[in-house]
Amino acid sequence: MKRTTKTRLTRGVMYLIFLAAVAALVLAADWAAIQKAFFNVEIAKDAFPDVIVVAAKNTIIYTAIAFAGGMVFGLVLALMKLSPVAPYRWAATAYIEFFRGLPALLVIFTFAFAVPIAFQWRPPGGSAGAGLLALIIVSAAYIAETIRAGIQAVPKGQVEAAHSLGMSGSWTMVSVVLPQAFRIVIPPLTNELVVLIKDTSLLFIAGMAIQEQELTTFARDSVSSVGNSTPLTIAALMYLAVTLPLTRLVAYMERRGARGR
Amino acid sequence: MTDKPDYEHAIDVQQLYKSFGRNEVLKGIDFHVDDGEVVCVIGPSGSGKSTLLRCVNRLEVPTKGRVLVEGVDITDPETDLNEVRSRIGMVFQSFNLFPHLTVTANLTLAQRRVKGRSKADATQCALENLARVGLEDKADAYPAHLSGGQQQRVAIARALSMEPDLMLFDEPTSALDPELVGDVLEVMKTLAADGMTMMVVTHEMGFAREVGDKLVFMDEGIIMEEGEPGEVLSNPQHERTQEFLSKVL
Repeated sequence: MKRTTKTRLTRGVMYLIFLAAVAALVLAADWAAIQKAFFNVEIAKDAFPDVIVVAAKNTIIYTAIAFAGGMVFGLVLALMKLSPVAPYRWAATAYIEFFRGLPALLVIFTFAFAVPIAFQWRPPGGSAGAGLLALIIVSAAYIAETIRAGIQAVPKGQVEAAHSLGMSGSWTMVSVVLPQAFRIVIPPLTNELVVLIKDTSLLFIAGMAIQEQELTTFARDSVSSVGNSTPLTIAALMYLAVTLPLTRLVAYMERRGARGR
Repeated sequence: MTDKPDYEHAIDVQQLYKSFGRNEVLKGIDFHVDDGEVVCVIGPSGSGKSTLLRCVNRLEVPTKGRVLVEGVDITDPETDLNEVRSRIGMVFQSFNLFPHLTVTANLTLAQRRVKGRSKADATQCALENLARVGLEDKADAYPAHLSGGQQQRVAIARALSMEPDLMLFDEPTSALDPELVGDVLEVMKTLAADGMTMMVVTHEMGFAREVGDKLVFMDEGIIMEEGEPGEVLSNPQHERTQEFLSKVL
C-alpha cells in the first residue's frame, strides 16, 4: 500500500470513530428530561432580574475585592521572598507553601466559623467578609509566586544598567524592574483572576444573607426552592460570559507576547 | 585643564583579585587610566577583561585589592556607591536599554531620580545628547523599534546624560551586525576627541590603534603586556600576545 493511501485511510477511520461517538451520545441522551430539568424557560424567567442585580453583581464585587487584596498582599510577599534579609524570605516561603497547600474551602470555613469562636473576633463584613478575607489570604500566596517569577524574568542587565547610572536599589525596582515584571505576568495574572472568579463560589460555605449571595449560592438556593435545575444553567452561563472572554484574551496576549520578543 | 585634581589617576586599580566561587578570574591586577586617556583592553574570552571593567563601578565586588575612581575607594563600604556610579558612564555589550520606556525616558530617568533634575532640564539634556550621537529624530521611539547600532548609540547617550567624568565600554560593538559597528565606533571616536576618559574592552583592533592612548593585553587573569597601541599591536613582546594577535589580526 502507498504511504499516502495509508495516511488517508487512518485519517478516515479516526473521523468515523468520532462521528460514531457523537451519534451514540445524541441518541442515548434523554433530551426531554434534560430540557425539563435544565432548560425550563418559565423558571429561567423567574431568576431575573435577581441573578444579575444581586448574584452576578456580588460575584464581580467579591472577585474584585479578593483580587485587589491579593495583588497588594501578593506583591509584598513576592518582594519579601526576594529580600536579601533571610528571615523575610523564610516567612514568605512558609506562608506561600502553607496556603498553596491547603484547599481554599478549608481556609474559608476556618475564617467563617473557627476563627470567630477561637478568638472571639468576627472579621468585618459578616460571613461574606470572613470568606473574602480567606480568599485574599489564599490568592495572595498564588499571586506572590506569579509576581516573583515575573521579577526574576526581567534580565539581569536591566538592573545593572540602572545601577550603573547611579540608581538606588528601590528606584531600580520601582522604575525599571516592576514595570517590566508586570508586563510579563499579565497573562498568568489574568489566569489567576479567572480562577478567583470561580473560587468566589466557595464562599457559599460561609452562609450568606440573600443580599450577599453570589452566583453559585443563589443558584443553589433557587434550585431547592423551585425544585428544578435551570438556575444552575443560568449561573453557568453567567460564569462563562465572564471567564471565556478572559481566557481568550490570555491566549491572544500569549500569542502576541511570543511574537513580540 | 588647569586645576590639578586631588587624585593621581582617574581609575586606579591596585592588586585586584576576583574569584567566582573557586574560579579565580583576576589574579592581582595593577592598572590605571589617567584623565582624558583612552585605554583599550584586549584579550581572549575568559581572560578577565570584562570582569576587570565591571569591578571599576562595582557591578562585580572585588575579592581583594582596591579600586580608586577619582581618588574614591569604591571597595570601601562607607563610599556612596550611587554617587560614584553616577560619575561613571557604562555601556554594555547587550545595550540594556529599558524596553518599557521611550528613548527620551531612557535618558531622563536617572537624571531625575539620581540628579534630581526637573523634567524640562532632563529632557533638554537628553535631546542634546541624542543629537550628539545623531539620533535626535528617535526621541519618541521605543528601543525595540531601533536597530542594534542605534540602540547602542542611545545607550551611549543615556550614559552621557549623567554627565560622567569617565566612561566604561564593555565590548560595545560585539553584539552588532558588522555594517552597524562603524556608526558606534564613530560616536566613540568623537567622544575620545572631546577628551573623555575612556576604558574600552574591545575586539576592534583598528579602533584601539587609531584612538587608544594605551593598549592592555590580558590573559588568564593577569595583565600580560601594556603599552602604546601601535607598538603592542605591531611588535608584541610577550609570547601569549603574539599568539593572540596572530589569531585575530
